[in-house]
Amino acid sequence: MGEKITQQGVPFERLKIASFDFTCCEGCQLQLTNRESSLPDFLGLLDVRNFREISSERHDDYDIALIEGSISRPDEVERLLKIRKQAKILVAFGTCACFGGVNNLKNNHSIQNLIDEVYPGMAIETLPVRKISDLVKVDLSIPGCPVDKGEVERVMVSLVTGSRVTLPKYPVCVECKAQLTTCLFELGEICLGPLTRAGCNAICTSGNTPCLGCRGPAEEINMAAFFELVKERGLSLDDLHEKLACYNAFEPFPSHEA
Amino acid sequence: MIYKVISKKEFAGFIDALVQSNRSFGPRQVATDLRGDAIYQFQPVHSVDEIAFDYSATASSAKHFFLPFQEELSHFHFHGNDWEQQISYEANPVVLIGLRACDISALNILDDVLLNGHFPSPGYLARRKNSFVIGMDHLPLADCFCKSMNHHTVTTGFNLFCSDIGDHYYLSINSSKAFSFLREFETRDPNDDDNCMLVERRKVIQNGFQTDIDVTALPTILDIEFDSPVWEKWGNKCLNCGTCAMVCPSCYCYALTESFTTNLKGASREKKLYSCNLVDFAVVAGGHNFRPKNGDRLKYRYYHQHRGFAENASQQICVGCNRCGRACLAGINPKDVINDLRMEKESCMICVSSSPRKI
Ligand code: SF4
Ligand code: SF4
Ligand code: SF4
Ligand code: SF4
Ligand code: SF4
Repeated sequence: MGEKITQQGVPFERLKIASFDFTCCEGCQLQLTNRESSLPDFLGLLDVRNFREISSERHDDYDIALIEGSISRPDEVERLLKIRKQAKILVAFGTCACFGGVNNLKNNHSIQNLIDEVYPGMAIETLPVRKISDLVKVDLSIPGCPVDKGEVERVMVSLVTGSRVTLPKYPVCVECKAQLTTCLFELGEICLGPLTRAGCNAICTSGNTPCLGCRGPAEEINMAAFFELVKERGLSLDDLHEKLACYNAFEPFPSHEA
Repeated sequence: MIYKVISKKEFAGFIDALVQSNRSFGPRQVATDLRGDAIYQFQPVHSVDEIAFDYSATASSAKHFFLPFQEELSHFHFHGNDWEQQISYEANPVVLIGLRACDISALNILDDVLLNGHFPSPGYLARRKNSFVIGMDHLPLADCFCKSMNHHTVTTGFNLFCSDIGDHYYLSINSSKAFSFLREFETRDPNDDDNCMLVERRKVIQNGFQTDIDVTALPTILDIEFDSPVWEKWGNKCLNCGTCAMVCPSCYCYALTESFTTNLKGASREKKLYSCNLVDFAVVAGGHNFRPKNGDRLKYRYYHQHRGFAENASQQICVGCNRCGRACLAGINPKDVINDLRMEKESCMICVSSSPRKI
C-alpha cells in the first residue's frame, strides 16, 4: 500500500484513511462497500488503515478519518478527541455525525427516564446526543442517511486529486423535478425538499415519500417563506415541526411559529 | 404547408401505427391532485389508448427531450501521457405527441438561441432533427396566457399540427416525413365546411382565454423598474428551488462540471440544467455572488423571460404556459408579478411630484 497512482504524468497518493463508528446504525460505513461496479476502483483510491467492516488490520497512521454517528457516551468523547489529534482531515460522515440524526430524538427525554426505560436498574453512562462539530473541529461534511456512495466517490476523487470538494448548494426540488415527480404538496403532504441540500437524486420524493431533510439545509434556505406556504395550504404545523426535527438538521433555523 | 382532414378514428389508427414502431411519448395521467384534478406528464406510450388526448397540460414541459436534465457532453480517456476526447452526438429518433402551440413556440425560441447563434449546439440539433413533433390545439386553461405572449398559435417548428374540428382533425402538415407517413391513411383535402370549422375552432380558442397579461412596453417597464421594491416583495417568498426553470419550456440554462472517473483513468464533462433562481447561479471565482439576494435572482429570471437578453436578440422567451406559476410552491407567477410591476409603474406615472424614492 501507499504506492502512487500516476495519471498524465501526475502522481497521486492514495488516501490513508480510517473509518470509525460512534452512535449510529453503521449504515453509512456499509455504503462504502456498496456500489459493487466501482468498488475496486474506489478502494484503489484508498489505503485503508482502520475500518472494521472490511479489514481486521488496525493501524493508527491515517490522515483522513471518517466519523460515523453522533456522540452519546463519555468514552466516545475520549475516542473522538484522540482521532482528532491524529487526523489531518476529519470528515463528519453521514447525517448522525453531521447533525445528530435520528439519535437526537433522545434529547427530548431526561437521561434518567431513558435509562429507566431501556436499561432499567443497570449502571449506564450516557449523555445527551451531540453532533461531531459540537465537540471537535470538522473539516468536511458528507451528509445523508445513509450517505450517497456516488457522492462519497466524488469526494474521495477530489481529495486524491487535490481538487475542490463541493456539494450541491441548491435544494432537492431541482433533482425531483428532473425526474418529473409529482410534487408531494400537490398530494397534500409536507415535503422538506425545498429546504434540503440536493445530492441524493431525490430518492425519497421520486419514490413518493416526502423528503425529511436528512441531507440538511441547502444554502440560504428561506425558512420563513416555507412556514408561510405550509400555513397557506392549511397543512399541519405539528407535522412540519416533526419533520424538521427528524434528523435535527434544521436546528440552527428559527422555527417561525407565529 | 399542406392541409388535410382526417377522421378521428383514422387518426387513432395513424397514431397507433406510429407509436407501435417508434420510441414515442405523449401526455398521460400520472397522479390526481388534492382537488381531484388529473396531473399529466409526457410519458412513454406504446399504443394509442395510452394517450390522454383530452389532457389539460403537462406539469413539466417537453423541453427535456431536447435538453436533457442531465447529460454527459464528452468523455476523456487517459493513456500514458496522452488522452483522447470522445464526443457523441447521436440522438435516438423520438415521436412526441400532443404538444401545445406554446410548447412548440418554446422549441422555436430554443432553436433561435441554440442553433442560430455563434455556437450552435450539436447535441440539441441532433435531438431536434431526430424528433417527430405532433402538435394538438386545445381550449385554454383558466391560467394560460400564451395569447398575451402571442404564442397561442404556431406555424413552424412541428411536423404535424392537429386542430380539433369535431369528428375530424384538421391537419397542418409541415414535413415530408409527416406527409409520407400519412399517405398510408385515409385523409382528404379540406372542403369549405372544414375550413369554416377550423376558423370557428380558432375563434373559440381565441376567445377562451381568461388570463391576460398586459405585456405592452413590458421590456421598458422592466428596465425602469430595475430597482423596484416589487422584486424584494416577491423575492422574499422565493425558495430558490429552481422548480420554475425546470418545468419551463424555454429555460435553457445549465451548469457544467468536469470530473475524474473513480479509477482516475478518464474524466467526464457533464451538463445539468440549472436555474437563475438557484443560490449560486451567479457565483464567480473567489466565491463572489453577483446576485446575493432572492429578489435579485428572481428579477433576472423575469428579465430573461420577459425582456430578453442580447443573445436572443432581446426577445421575450416566455411563451405564457404558466407552468412556472402552477408549480411554484410560493405562489410566484408571471401574472401577479407583472401586474405588480405595472401598478408600480402606473402609480409613478400619475404622480405629480417626482417618483417616490426606491429602496
Ligand atoms: S416533492 Fe418535495 S422535493 Fe419534489 S418538488 Fe415537491 S417539495 Fe420539492
Ligand atoms: S429526499 Fe430528503 S430525506 Fe430522502 S435522501 Fe434525499 S435529502 Fe434525505
Ligand atoms: S419562483 Fe417559485 S419555483 Fe421559482 S425558485 Fe422561487 S420558489 Fe422556486
Ligand atoms: S430565465 Fe433564468 S434559467 Fe431560464 S433561461 Fe433565463 S437565465 Fe436561464
Ligand atoms: S416563464 Fe413560466 S409561463 Fe413563461 S414559458 Fe416559462 S414556464 Fe411558461
